Amino acid sequence: MNQRVDVRGLSCPLPVVAVRNKLLEIKKGILEVLIDTGTSKDNITRMATNADWKVVVREEDGEYLLTISK
Amino acid sequence: MLKEFFSFRKNIIFTGIFIGVSAAFLQKLGNPANMGVCVACMLRDIAGALGLHRAEAVQYIRPEIIGFVLGSLIAALMFKEFKPRAGSAPLIRFVLGFLAMVGALVFLGCPWRTLLRLAGGDGNALFGLAGLVVGIWIGIFFIKAGYNLGRNQKTYPIVGWIMPVIMAGLFLLLIFRPQLPSGAIFFSSEGPGSQHAPIFIALIIALAIGFFAQRTRFCTVAAVRDVILIKDTYLFTGVVSLLLAALISNLILEQFHPGFQGQPIAHTKQLWNFGGMVLAGLAFTLAGGCPGRQLFLSGEGDADAAVFVLGMIAGAGFAHNFDTASSPQGPGLWGPASVIIGLIICFIIAFSMSDLGKKMVEAKR
Repeated sequence: MNQRVDVRGLSCPLPVVAVRNKLLEIKKGILEVLIDTGTSKDNITRMATNADWKVVVREEDGEYLLTISK
Repeated sequence: MLKEFFSFRKNIIFTGIFIGVSAAFLQKLGNPANMGVCVACMLRDIAGALGLHRAEAVQYIRPEIIGFVLGSLIAALMFKEFKPRAGSAPLIRFVLGFLAMVGALVFLGCPWRTLLRLAGGDGNALFGLAGLVVGIWIGIFFIKAGYNLGRNQKTYPIVGWIMPVIMAGLFLLLIFRPQLPSGAIFFSSEGPGSQHAPIFIALIIALAIGFFAQRTRFCTVAAVRDVILIKDTYLFTGVVSLLLAALISNLILEQFHPGFQGQPIAHTKQLWNFGGMVLAGLAFTLAGGCPGRQLFLSGEGDADAAVFVLGMIAGAGFAHNFDTASSPQGPGLWGPASVIIGLIICFIIAFSMSDLGKKMVEAKR
């Protein structure tokens, strides 16, 4: 079971901070992130990619599921 | 490496340059000096036009504000990012908007104008910039301590449309200029409020800025915040682009006048240039973004950001009616007191809505 973070409804910068803290904690593996705004999707993708994580974005009904792995 | 840097950031760099150049040209076309675009000043002018304050020199319905919201709306609709949402501590956001405006009007400018004042050679803006960074830094301390305004929720489409409709209404008031028995709508006949670029040129430029800023998430407060908090320089690149583009445009247009004394719509009381922007920077950070960003979010359906903007308009009315706003002579009678009280209120909000406050409550049990 992959770990999952739900940042829907949170204002900037809390989504990216929450995901960053989680990635720093798990160091390796797969993290799924539920997002509801394009801004948070962009911010989190940029942050994770910069830290050498692989990011796959899936969009459904205006929400995003990011699968972040290393 | 360099190519990669620019290809990844080309949109944010373009947006920064577009805003910087546009601001310089809007000044050339009639907007007040170093105020080509200033969200705080322009909301203040709108508050004046509506009669929420009676400072006769600063009353005008600024089409730039209307354009920012509607430009963002157009981008959000085109790219399926119009998402009506509300309910994340709206009253707190109103208070933060109110206090951000009070602080910004002690300095005389929002973060955008801070950059534009620097680009025009106004050395006093250095103190405002320093205050802004300190305010953001204090905000980051609380974010790290778990500060959180709570989640918003999806809501009815009508909620997301309210702010764009208000803007459309303001535009009609600007065009038709109805005269009510009270004297409203007020339009300055002298002073900064009387200085403005042609309405449709300003509107079209602002629509474009709103469009690009919505797409790139341009935000002057997050630019600094992200560098400190998550070591991300993406938005910061946009802010530097804005500053350099405005500076170069000002040099070409002969609008660069370096110095401290006699700068347009500015004062030299550096402690309060600094203090005003500490308050504004902290309030913006606690609310999640600079005033421009709050307008763009309003355009994409974020009703909480819209409440922040309404708080700013109310704050502008208060700042002039209660003599807290500065003039070229310095802060108003109650300006320094308003900054100190505003900071105390921000600290109470930040403390009580972070883990620090929660721990204190638990310890008491």
